[in-house]
Amino acid sequence: MNQPARMKVFDDKEDFNRRKITIALAGNANVGKSVIFNHLTGSNQIIGNWPGKTVEIARGKLNFENYEIEIVDLPGIYSFSTYSLEEIVSREYILTEKPDVVINVVDASVLERNLFFTLQLKEMEVPLVVCLNQIDVARKKGIEVDDKKLQKLLGVPVVPTVAVRGEGLYSLIRSALKVVKEGPAKQKIIRYGDEVEERIEKLVSFIESKPIRLEYPLRWVAIKLLENDPEIRKLIPDSHKDIIEYSESLSRELEKIHGEPGFSIISSERYSVAGKIAGQVQKRASGEVNISERLDQIVMHRVFGYVISLLVIGGLLLWTFFIGNFFSGILSRLFEFFQPVDPQVSGTLIAILWNGAFGGIVAGITLVIPFVIPFYTLLTVIEDSGILTRIAFMMDSLMHKIGLHGKALIPLILGYGCNVPAIHATRILESRRERLLASLAITFAPCSARTIVLLGLVAVFAGIKWAIILYIIDFLVILGVGRIAFRALPGETPGLIMELHSFRVPSLWVVMRQTWIRTKSLIYLVFPIYIFGSSGVQALYALGILDPVGRLLSPLTVTWLGLPAITGILLIFGIVRKEYILLMLVAIYGMNLSQYLTQIQFVVLAFIGMLYLPCLSTITILAREFGWKSSAIISLTNLVTAIVLGGVFYRILSFIM
Amino acid sequence: MMDERLSENAEECLEAMYKITRNGKRVSTSALTEKLNVSPSSVTKMLKRLDEKGYVDYSPGKGTNLTRKGIRNARRITRKHRLLERFLHDFLKLRRDRIHDQACEMEHSLSDDAEMALCQVLGFPDRCPDDQQPIPPCDFEFSSCEECMERREKGIDEVNLRKSDTMSLADMKEGESGRVVFVRGDHKVMRRLLDMGITPGTTVRVLKIAPLGGPVEISVRGSSIALGRSIASNIFVDPDKSE
Ligand SMILES: Nc1nc2c(ncn2[C@@H]2O[C@H](COP(=O)(O)OP(=O)(O)OP(=O)(O)O)[C@@H](O)[C@H]2O)c(=O)[nH]1
Repeated sequence: MNQPARMKVFDDKEDFNRRKITIALAGNANVGKSVIFNHLTGSNQIIGNWPGKTVEIARGKLNFENYEIEIVDLPGIYSFSTYSLEEIVSREYILTEKPDVVINVVDASVLERNLFFTLQLKEMEVPLVVCLNQIDVARKKGIEVDDKKLQKLLGVPVVPTVAVRGEGLYSLIRSALKVVKEGPAKQKIIRYGDEVEERIEKLVSFIESKPIRLEYPLRWVAIKLLENDPEIRKLIPDSHKDIIEYSESLSRELEKIHGEPGFSIISSERYSVAGKIAGQVQKRASGEVNISERLDQIVMHRVFGYVISLLVIGGLLLWTFFIGNFFSGILSRLFEFFQPVDPQVSGTLIAILWNGAFGGIVAGITLVIPFVIPFYTLLTVIEDSGILTRIAFMMDSLMHKIGLHGKALIPLILGYGCNVPAIHATRILESRRERLLASLAITFAPCSARTIVLLGLVAVFAGIKWAIILYIIDFLVILGVGRIAFRALPGETPGLIMELHSFRVPSLWVVMRQTWIRTKSLIYLVFPIYIFGSSGVQALYALGILDPVGRLLSPLTVTWLGLPAITGILLIFGIVRKEYILLMLVAIYGMNLSQYLTQIQFVVLAFIGMLYLPCLSTITILAREFGWKSSAIISLTNLVTAIVLGGVFYRILSFIM
Repeated sequence: MMDERLSENAEECLEAMYKITRNGKRVSTSALTEKLNVSPSSVTKMLKRLDEKGYVDYSPGKGTNLTRKGIRNARRITRKHRLLERFLHDFLKLRRDRIHDQACEMEHSLSDDAEMALCQVLGFPDRCPDDQQPIPPCDFEFSSCEECMERREKGIDEVNLRKSDTMSLADMKEGESGRVVFVRGDHKVMRRLLDMGITPGTTVRVLKIAPLGGPVEISVRGSSIALGRSIASNIFVDPDKSE
């Protein structure tokens, strides 16, 4: 196993010559930037096989030899135009903060598309090192890339790597440092077609002849002007309007020759150069049908595709249930010596508190850990395999029914893990409206904490059948609420444009790391509150406060929902995190729930616990992304839906059972 | 350059055939009779005349199909019809059940210039209002709507007609390929498609079409891209002739 901190061996010695250096990682979406970033800095950026995970600039530190290096992970983009936030952010960063060197991470298995981006970095004349990543994937596809030749053609160092195994990262940093120390080799200009090149040169000398100073490389400015880039046009002062006019006349000439508008001529040129370079450095072993393509045949089949999509999601839950149940059984036997004391009968307050806290720990260990680890392991495998983008593809038309396109399904599925990063991931969607709709849907997706409760309690006490029914109802609720919200927030749903990356065998390193990080953060969050909550509720019980609270809420709990009055206090605890509704029940009654609640009551309570208010962290991130008002509306929608449907559900159940 | 003018009835007939099948497959005379609501004998007469002029390929008893020339003409008249429907609906706010007949009347007298201007004013619509049928692309040699806009602003009139065929990606079958000739849509979508490598003249191949109006997966420049059906239906290619 590769240790992320492997390179810090050189650390320690305080040195006077310590130099601070900034290295930026830039490249297309899903090429492996975050894997490299995590390896180098020991950070925990999200890794997965779908485009658009990194949405903000991330920074981390690496000590290497005498250097203190700041590594910057930029969002994955396809070009430096100014049509999406990520593109603007990355462009601004590279041009104004001027990192000492930019490492352009390139996916060797889709070289042409990636070189399109490399060419733009070359235009910007930044000190550049190309990291030729995923050569293992390329090899599996039957593509060999000649890195020496690529280095010659591009005129910048090229380092082949396999990031998930840490291969080549050492020489990558060495090359980057060499560029910093020696200064970049004289920029080799990559020339476009004659007609275009001639006009770029004309425009460059025209700008040069003017008494203005621009911050940016001239050739780049000229190209951008020919592309009609609105931001760059703004850079040219009004006193030099003639530059704009000249560039317009040049681009009109180009339009005449090529018969397409200026901005697409430049893109076409870049792509044609990228294609030529790719063609020269790639050797394709022919004849081999690759496994990823064969998998695609099945996964995106018009019938099996849907079956597989369902199996993946259903399988995730079933696997969690069976594995979780197995380990939970073993762990509960270990803790069998622990019997909750009935707080009303015996004990001092301290004893009661201790009893409650210990009960919290036991329930946490026997209920949470055994379920959460298998759940996160499989979720990470799913995320890293590349199947998510295929499910998004198959489900596109369904998602259109709730005003979203298929890509929105990716955050939604991640919402089954935890709503917070899932809401963050809605940034892969294009507009605020879509992100809002997707986030609303996500708050209805039962996250892992709720899944644990559903699988660990409902499936165990009421039968797996009930857990499945609850999941199906939840799915219908998502569709229903989504549909209503779509009506309330009408608008065009932009179409799907998404690169489908090939399937990968998930890397053990990535899966173990990601599972551990997620499990850890859940445990840190859930355990303390759970322990305090558990002893708190015991104390309240002993002090005789539960009954008055229960009576106060009884119109809601007893009359509308048909639950025992004691559940009033549970609903109050549930405000913090909804899974406490069920977990506190265990804290009060211990594991013999069937003595206190009928099966219907138990299922209704679980139903409320599944929907109820989003947890505080979710409410906070909603507020951060969309403002407090939207956050409040989304939370109330959850609450109202839970209570209203809860009552209806109770009546239906009593009727049929 | 322009084809000789056809009678209104002939245009109606081509339009009806195009509506029945967009891709030049055979249409039976009875289906046409029903659609046009005229006697079978006059339909046969019309088809014979169109056959002589090379718009259709008529073989008695086997049905009729549009020739390349016929498809082009049918498409042009269908386009005018559907653009007019949009105009009557969006601008004049006519009732939905009135627009069809009105557009039928007007389509035959709409000049190509007026058609271009109408399309620009309407913001390059892609579906007609009554039954959400796709509006066929224009027949001018533009690779994007932006180019059309620019010509207009700069007052350039000589616009050539497209030489190549156009077929929307959404109408192609799995495994078929073609060269991109025209992308309809706003600047933003265009730009993103360009960045993904879907530039004019590139060859794209349809790998997979999801059922139920789902997305289309294409292969372009060595990678796969999923495009929503609405976007795919606005990308027009000159299909490669299959062997
Ligand atoms: N086999 C193999 N897989 C790799 C390699 N590098 C990265 N991956 C996988 O590629 C996928 C994408 O990696 P990330 O690091 O998340 O990509 P990114 O460039 O940060 O992507 P965005 O944040 O979406 O822009 C993950 O599934 C990785 O496990 C490699 O060298 N070999």
